[in-house]
Order: sequence, then C-alpha cells, then structure tokens
Amino acid sequence: MSAPPFRFVATPRRVREDRRFVAGRGNYVADVNLPGMLHVALVPSQHAAARIVAIDASSALAIPGVRAVVTGAELAAAVDPLMNGLDTPRVRRLPLAVGQVRYNGEWVAAVAAESRALAEDAAERVDVAYEPLPFVLDPEQALRPESPAVHPDHGSNVLLDRTFVWGDVEQHFARSPRRLSFRVTWGRNSTVPVETFGVVAAWDPWNEILDVWASIQMPKYADQIARALRVPANAVRVHYDVDVGGSYGVKRGIKHTVLAGYLARRLARPVRLIEDRLENMRAGDAHGPDRIFDVAVAFDDDGVINSMKMRALDNVGAYAGRAPFQLGKPIGAIVGPYRIRSVEYRAISVTTNKAAQEAVRGFGQSPTNYAIETAIERVAAALNLDRIEVRRRNFIRKDEFPYLIPSGTRYDSGDYQTVVDKVLAHVGGPKLQQERDRLRQDGWLAGIGIAACLEPSGGNSAFEPLLNPKNTTTTWMESCRINVDALGHVTAAIHTTSSGQGHETLAATVIGEVLEIDPDRIRIVRPDSLASLPGNSPVGSRMAIMLGGAAFHAAEKLKRKLVAIAAQQFGCSDQAVDYAAGAVAERNGTRRLDWGELVTIAHRNFHLLPPGFEPGLEVTHVMQVPTGTALPTQDGRVQMYPCHSFEFHLVLVAIDPELGKPGFRRYVIGHDCGTVINPAIVKGMTLGGIAHGIGAALLEEFVYDDQGQMISQSFMDYVLPSAHEVPEIEIVHHCTPSPFTVFGQKGSGESGYLGAPAAVASAINDAVAPLGLAFTKLPIRMSELSDAVAAARASGKDRTRTGAA
Amino acid sequence: MKPVPFDYVRPQSIAEACAALAREDSVIIAGGQTLIPMLAMRLARPACLVDIARIADLAGIREEDGVVAIGATTRQTDAEYSDLVARRVPLLAKALPFVGHAPIRHRGTVGGSVANADPAAEIPLVLVTLAGTVVIRDAAGARAIAAHDFFLGPMMTAIPTGAIVNELRFPVWAGERVGVAFHEISTRQSDFALAAAAAQVSLDGDGRCLACAIGIGGATPVPTRLGAAAEDLIGSTLTDDDVRAALAGVIDTVEIMVDTHASPDYRRRAANTLALRAIAEARDAAQQLRQGRA
Amino acid sequence: MKADLNVNAKAVSVEVEPRTTLLDCLRDQLGLTGTHAGCEHGICGACTVLLDGEPVRSCLMFAVQADGYAITTIEAVAPAPGELSIVQDAFCETHGLQCGYCTPGMILTAEALLRRIPDPTRADIVNAISANICRCTGYGQIVEAVALAAKRLAGSNVPRALPPGDGA
Repeated sequence: MSAPPFRFVATPRRVREDRRFVAGRGNYVADVNLPGMLHVALVPSQHAAARIVAIDASSALAIPGVRAVVTGAELAAAVDPLMNGLDTPRVRRLPLAVGQVRYNGEWVAAVAAESRALAEDAAERVDVAYEPLPFVLDPEQALRPESPAVHPDHGSNVLLDRTFVWGDVEQHFARSPRRLSFRVTWGRNSTVPVETFGVVAAWDPWNEILDVWASIQMPKYADQIARALRVPANAVRVHYDVDVGGSYGVKRGIKHTVLAGYLARRLARPVRLIEDRLENMRAGDAHGPDRIFDVAVAFDDDGVINSMKMRALDNVGAYAGRAPFQLGKPIGAIVGPYRIRSVEYRAISVTTNKAAQEAVRGFGQSPTNYAIETAIERVAAALNLDRIEVRRRNFIRKDEFPYLIPSGTRYDSGDYQTVVDKVLAHVGGPKLQQERDRLRQDGWLAGIGIAACLEPSGGNSAFEPLLNPKNTTTTWMESCRINVDALGHVTAAIHTTSSGQGHETLAATVIGEVLEIDPDRIRIVRPDSLASLPGNSPVGSRMAIMLGGAAFHAAEKLKRKLVAIAAQQFGCSDQAVDYAAGAVAERNGTRRLDWGELVTIAHRNFHLLPPGFEPGLEVTHVMQVPTGTALPTQDGRVQMYPCHSFEFHLVLVAIDPELGKPGFRRYVIGHDCGTVINPAIVKGMTLGGIAHGIGAALLEEFVYDDQGQMISQSFMDYVLPSAHEVPEIEIVHHCTPSPFTVFGQKGSGESGYLGAPAAVASAINDAVAPLGLAFTKLPIRMSELSDAVAAARASGKDRTRTGAA
Repeated sequence: MKPVPFDYVRPQSIAEACAALAREDSVIIAGGQTLIPMLAMRLARPACLVDIARIADLAGIREEDGVVAIGATTRQTDAEYSDLVARRVPLLAKALPFVGHAPIRHRGTVGGSVANADPAAEIPLVLVTLAGTVVIRDAAGARAIAAHDFFLGPMMTAIPTGAIVNELRFPVWAGERVGVAFHEISTRQSDFALAAAAAQVSLDGDGRCLACAIGIGGATPVPTRLGAAAEDLIGSTLTDDDVRAALAGVIDTVEIMVDTHASPDYRRRAANTLALRAIAEARDAAQQLRQGRA
Repeated sequence: MKADLNVNAKAVSVEVEPRTTLLDCLRDQLGLTGTHAGCEHGICGACTVLLDGEPVRSCLMFAVQADGYAITTIEAVAPAPGELSIVQDAFCETHGLQCGYCTPGMILTAEALLRRIPDPTRADIVNAISANICRCTGYGQIVEAVALAAKRLAGSNVPRALPPGDGA
C-alpha cells in the first residue's frame, strides 16, 4: 500500500519543543516564582484507617514564618467535594481528610509557610490524635459484607458491579468443545513521572480571578476547580503554557489545586504546592489499576476462541474519582484483535484503605490486554499449538474492517497478519526459536514472549455514560485557532498543556501540510484557559487524531477563505481557482494572487472582500471525536474510541537460572498506527511505552504491608527501569491508514505499554514452562522467580536439564 | 523533603574535627551520599554536621609496609581510577565500579562507605575479604581495628563516639599470579546488592592455590569472610569441584539479612552462586597471568 | 551561612541555611531553573550538575559544601543564546527526550562522558546514562543522541580540553 504523498507529514522532522528543553529552558511549574509566594507541606496520616480525634496546630503555628495550618474540617466548610465519575454521592472526597483518614499518607492537614523547609518543620509539629479503625486492603475481602467499610455512608465498598453480556455467551460456552479458566493479577503500579505534581495558585481579589499554573493533564480541569471552590468558571484562569515534566495520564491534581486555590484566597498570597517524592508516592492519588482478572474462554479444537467471560475486580483505593472508569474504557477493545464472538464482562470496583487511583497510560487497557493475551497463551498450551498460530487463527482479517465487536465498537482498520508476517521476517523466521533453544542448551532459562494487542485511540468519554447513566456526555472535542496577521505570518493556538507529546510540532506540521507552507514558520501558542476554545486535553491517545484533526480542519477553512478572496478578485467561482503553496490562481487563466496579496486584501481592503466576509484571516475549528456521536444502548454497547492501532511484540528473554535475573536478548515490536505524522515522536512514544511496560512486568509496585503502611515510598523501593534494564528495541513499521481521520493517522501515545507487560510475562512463562511453572501476578520479581525455580528443581519436576545433558 | 535545621562546621584538622564531634548530636559528613538522603527524609536529625571532606591529612592513597593505605575522605572515583589501587589492590579496583552510579562515586568517599556499614556496600566487603584494617582517630590518638571486628551489624560499627575513620589499610598480596573477581546481584544494576561475593586467589607456577580469600556481602548483616573455605582451597588447583566442595554447606550456616527486597532463601542461594562464580573467575584470571607472561 | 560559589565560571556569594541543598540554592537563589528536582534523595539524576567537570547529584550536596569547585549547570552548555552545543543539537536530531524534565541531567552526563571517553561504546553510553532516570523515552533515542554527538564531536573543530580535575 502506498502512502499518499505528503510534504511534511510522515517525514523525518525535528520536534520544535526540544530546543528549549535541551537548553534547560522549559517552563515547569516549579519554575513559576511569584513575589510573596508561600509554600505548602502536608501532614500525612500515619494510619490506614483512623478517626481523627483532634488536631493541635499550635506549636506548628508558633514557628516564625508559618502562615497557616488548614484542616479538613475547615476546608470542608469552604469547598465542595471533588467530582466523582460514578454516581456515588456518599463517597465524598476532599483535599484533606475530614473526620476520618482512609489510607496511610492521606493528607490530614496542610501548612503554608514562607519556605518549603519551614512548612515541613511545621508539618512535623502538627499534633494529630487518632483512634485507629479497622481497615481493609484486599479487594476480595473488601467485597464481603462483614468487611470494614471505607466509606460507611456509602453502605459497602462496592462502587461499581456491573455485568455486561454481549452476544450469546452461554450458548457459545455450551457448544464449544473446550473451555479453560484462569486468574491473573495486575499489581498496583503507576507512571511515576520524574516531575511530581505541582501547582501554583494566586488569587487576585481586585479582579476576582484565580490564576493557576500546574503540571496538569486533565480534561475539564478548570471547571472542576471552579466548582469545588464555588467560584464562576470564568474566575479560574489556567495557564496552559506550563511545560509538564511527564504525566502519561496521572497528572490530574484536582485535590492539590483546590487546596492551593483555597489557601491562596484565604491568605491573599500566591501559594505553591509541589509534592515531594514521598508525598507523591504515598498520597499523590496517582496509583494505577490494581486488578484481579478471572477469565474463562470457550474454544474449538483448532484454537478458535468463541466466547470469553471476564471478571475484573479492581482495587480502586480509598476514593472514587475517575479511576473506576478504567474498567470501562477497555470495553471498547474487550476482544483485542480477535474475532471472539461473544463476551460476558463483569466489572467490579471496590474501595479499600490504599491510596486513590488515577488514570494511567491506557486507562485500564494494558491490564486487560495482559488478561486477553494470557488466555491466548493458555489456549495454545492446552492444544499444544504454536502460540503465534493460535493468534493468527483468531485475528480479525483485514477484509473484515470496519469490524463490529460484540461490545459495540467498530474497529476502523488493521492488517494484523501482515504485521506478524513482517516481524517474523525481521527476526528471520525460526531463528528466534533456534536462539532460544541454544540458550537453553547453554543452561539459561530462555523464553519467547508474544503479545498482540490494540491501542484504542482518539480518546472519547463514552465510558462515562456507559457506567454512569446520569451522565449523558457524548461531546469530547478538541480545538484549534489559526490567525494570519497583517504581515502574513501564521500563528496557531492550541488549548492544552503538553507533557512531552510534541503538540506544537504536531499542529505546525499539520497546518503546514494543508497550507503547503513551511511548518517551521508557523508560531504555536497556548492561550490560558479563559482565552481558549473548548478541549479535553491529551488523554486517551487522542491528540494526533483530535488536535491533528482540529488543526487540519481549521487550516482547510483558512484555505477556503483564501480561495474565496481570490475568486472574488477574479470574478469567478471558488471552484474555478486552485490553491497551491499559499497562492491562488485561476485554473483556466493567468491571474494569480500570492500569499501577501491575499493577506493585504483580508487585512486592509475591506472593499475587495467577498460580501459578508469578516476582515482579517482568522479561523477556528472545534472537532468532535470521529464516530463518537451516540449514547450507549440499553444493553451496554457503545462505540468507544474511533481508531485502533495494532502492536505485535516478540521478545527473547534469558534468565540466569541461579539468580533469577531476566535479561532481554531481543525485543522486536511490529507497530501499525496508521499514518505517522512525526516519526521521531511516534518512535519515542513506543520505546518509552515498552520501557514502562517492562517496569510494570518486572520491577514496579506500590506495596502495602499488612498494617496498611505503604512501604515503597521512595525511589529506592519503587524501582523504575534505568538504561540498563531496557534493551535495544527494534521497531518494524506497518501502515494501515484509518478511514476515520484526516491523514489516516491513529494514536500512539500509549503504544508499547499496552503490550509489553503481556509480552514480558509471556517470555518468562515460556522460559519456566519446562519447570512446570507459570507466573500469574505482575510484577514478576527476580527473587520470587528464582525461589520458584529453585523449588521446582528441588522437587524434581525440572525438565530443562534433560535437554542440556 | 528538606532536612531539619542544623549547624555546619568545617574543621581544618583531625584534632579540630574530633573536638567538633564532642558536641551532642553532631555527625560527620564527608561525601554525604548516604547521609543526605537520610537527612532529606528526616530519618537523621543531627544538630550539627562536621564536614571532614577537606582535611588534607584524611585523603590520599599510598603504599607502605605491605599495605595500601587509603585516606578516609579519598573519593571513591579517585580510588577507582588509581593506578596504585589497580596494581596492588585489584580486588578493590574490581569492586569500586559497583558502588552506586558514577555521580555517587564522584562525591562518595571510601571511608564513608566503611563508616556507614551498609550491608550492601562493596568497599566493606573487600576490606573484610582481604582482612584489612580500619584506622580510627580520636582525641586520644590513632588505633587500628581489624575489619572483622569493625562491622557489628547493619549500619553499626566499632567506631567509638567522637572518633573518625582515618584510613583503610588493604593488605597487598605478593605473588606474580594474583587473580580477583567481584560479583553482585541487584534488582536494577548499580542498586543496592541483594548479594555479593569477592574472591582473590594467588597461584603458583603449576596453578596450585597459594592463598585464597573469599567474602560475601549484601546477603548478610555484615560482610562475611569465608575463612575456612578459603583455607580448604589452599594447595588445590581450584577446579570447579574443589570450589564446590569447599563451599558446600558453608553459606547455609551464615546469618542472612531479612527485608522486603528478597527472601532469605534467595539471598543465601545467590550468595553461594556468586561466591562460586567469583572464585572461578579469580582463578581463571590468575591462570591468564601465566599465559600473559609466557 | 555564606557560601562563595563558582557557578558557570562566575563567582557568586549566597546566604543560605546549612540545610539548603546545592539544588535548591541553584534554583531558588541563583535562578538557574534548568536543574530539576525529581526525587531529592539521589536516585533519579534530574538534578545532575557538573562539579569540576564530573556529574554529581546536586540534591546530595549542601550549598555550603560547594565552595571551591567549578559548578556547571545546563545553562552554561549552550555556546551562545539561541545556539546549541553539539550534544544538545544531537539530542534534538534524534529526539532524545520528550517532556524535557530529565534532559538537562542527561545532557550534562553526556557532555562529561564524551570528554572522558570521546568514542564511547553503546555499553559506555548506557552505563553513563543509567545514573539518570528518564520516564518518557525508554532511553533508545538518548543512546542514539550520545552516539551521534560523539561522531559529530570527532569531526568537529571544538576544543576538547579535559575539565579541571580530570587531567593527569
């Protein structure tokens, strides 16, 4: 398939944001330094659950330079609870605990002082008297009626328990000759950006406006702040020109901002709240899914899977927020790239006395993909079939697109077989297996890991009405404004913060492509929220599609204006002229107006403008998610996201048989995200996503001890992959354009991460399969792996040594 | 994550430093690479930091009387790149790259590592393996403590209150064919070792073991010298079977660390594996030396 | 306490509490905000600066300890306003960054590596940057950037003098 010819799209071009970052000239929230600014430190709960009996702040307030100590009781009187996604009004959440703490580290009080160090000095001296309460950490225990209720007013720990049945599941199970079931567990990890969350808030009482600078990636952030602070939305001005030091989903910071905003108003001073690493890890409320999957599949003797039952039990932590929706989004790709005909999906979200969750890269899709891929591996093992062959037999075929899956989403396009073919050709067919076998001969525990999965992209919020019937949101737009000034220079506005995704490069490239002008000459600006068009921020792998789309349509509108102005001068119809590289010419004549002449007419010659034209050259476009137009059906079917990128991971791992340390010998990913707008950006997303996935599979977990104390609060205990742990990764490209987007692009912001944990788990399980072992919980820790191998060898089940002898 | 307030003094001499330490709740800072994280998390709350990093008498590397003496405040980087260390205490040269990452070694000191006595630390393991000594100084003067008497437990040493580590003394092995190896395992490379092993062997012209030192660390609360096993190997040609036989059961009786990072079984097994591998590598390295000179 | 520092080849005198880290001093008192706080306990490397040409964690050092050293921050790497060093330019060429937060530390680490080892192997590069955590890139394009910078430096005409303290 030949890609359409582009001038700038899909060509190797530099990322314009990089220049300021390599010079250390990014503008992060911690770089915002306002005169008179106060600093906040938090008082953390020492208990997993306790009643707050009394708070004595007198000795804290006695420290010179300490300006305020605010408690939950004070805050509760002044602000409204933070929004819940689900209809769970009695699960109230405020920035500071009110009356009761619900997890270790939860903020009990906040100190504002002249320096962060002073604020910490004072926070230590806030004396909190607690009466410990029973607590629950395990989600299955939390489900039981006798379990301690995290929110007694809510009546139980269950936030969501909904069963969907799409298709004739029972009949497919009854008629299939084979069935199997298993459990896998996804440990609690997160994206853990190197920059913690931070916010600076300043209240101007004369203009009655709250200025907010924050390291934010959050749809409808300003609205939520305004609602909680009980001020009009047009009294909250969020500055989108703050660079965000990594997010990958979690930088939501509503509670931080409401607290900082409240303090700024109360104290009439600018207030900075920047989490330190301990605050971030234990109470940033930014942990990811913590999920148990019970899966059953019904299949034929040839490995074709007919039906799947999946029960996903997610431990959402102490508060609700938007996190339970992470059980909903995967419904849009609940069958992965496979033709599974019917699905029963039970989604259960429970509260426990762990920290609250936030949206994490993929919004629940990566855990779900891990469960689906485990099912494929189990089917192959049960039938003694090649694992790739089983995937091939179940793949949706390229001639079946757009393909309607049982849960109501129509996949846009794909060619999964070809991607697999290309990856296998890249590794030399059977050579990878030969290499694995050679490693085994040499005494390694070697395994090949495989994962095939989808990245739904073009972020919509269809899961909101799906899981909360009171929510009727179908609109999830993104916007772009383009202005050509009187000297002919182009400036485009985008209306969000970025955390490394290169949105300025994206918008400039797209506009340059449409207008056929050099993207490097286009200025991209980020107005504040009050000067912005509506948007929903870079979530759900959506900006290539949505910001790219909005920029495209705005540029097309601009082009049509230029065409109309020219046609007016030529006295012909718009259809009788051609636009090329900024100039408009008669198709069947010699007259031509170049860019500068058209700009002059627009800005200075009102008498020459077509009737009804506004002067100047300004256009806007507000774009709705393609395909995102309808509410869910009564039986819970919905078009979730419009586009579906595909990735196929093939991994060779060799584990030291004594020490248990896995090493990557080969990591290949076949990637199809349609038309790639900027190759360097997409490559970076994919490599970074895989690194993050390796962390989730092997290293990273927020661990609580049996007293509910979080014991992985530092970077010594929560282990992020370094350059040593991430192998050299080979990317094999394929392009199946999406029919739903302007250039055929799909999303790539979650690529790599959505399949890497499944692929790494697959590799390790292939390596230890000869020992009769299978690991069913992520992360698979080196020490546990080694202990299991040693135990298996001691018990004489070892089949690895016979081959090597 | 800011420390509690403290005073800071920078004495110019060892005597001044000892005097400064007399103040209650004063602690020594040299490189600070272990202390400062503890300060940042407010796990350490001193009233005063006594910075000894620039006391001239405390830094430097020299050879005398069959030992290489390394001043306490010598930066780990300087020892790592020292030609003298590479030639005369090759086991230390092997171990130093495992100490944290390079930026840590650029500030961290050799003496600081020993004074902190982290069970996972590499320099103490080398010192114990080679049966070196720690010279400490206080107002009363200098005194040497054998390494195996120095480390009392995790983060606990025999340094009396008010004393400072002056220098470390690593014995130099005579002999043409001295081979060394240092192995360790950590979750993430350059992190704290879950287990580590050091080995140094000296061979005669026929490949027979003249001297042998084996130590394990990381897995144990303090670095542990496997003296008896090493003795057993003297006179052998250090075949894999010899080594296995000498180590058989030895590590089973050693006290193992218990924490959340790895099971005690794992640490024990890993220590054993690493010790076997280290001796084999040290042997091979020593054997190479003959080939090099032939 | 007063601390007399040499930052980016300029002598500066600051008044700090002893507990003020070099990181906080650079950012809050000297306005050098290119040095970033990531973990404040010495693991992530976002706060990396050069001390006599060698990378160190500025969060693991107090400002009062820093007199007498040549301190280099990211702000001193670019040869002139609006221009980039060869290393910085190589990071742009390969897109060896995304959010930019770890980037100053990575660049300084790379600058120091390439002064010590002008023709590093992949393992040398990985080893050097393993001291710095990047959460965006998975390191692939960073390794490419450092390798590219080494190649370009080898063919360039820029002075390659060893930094102070690294000689002999």
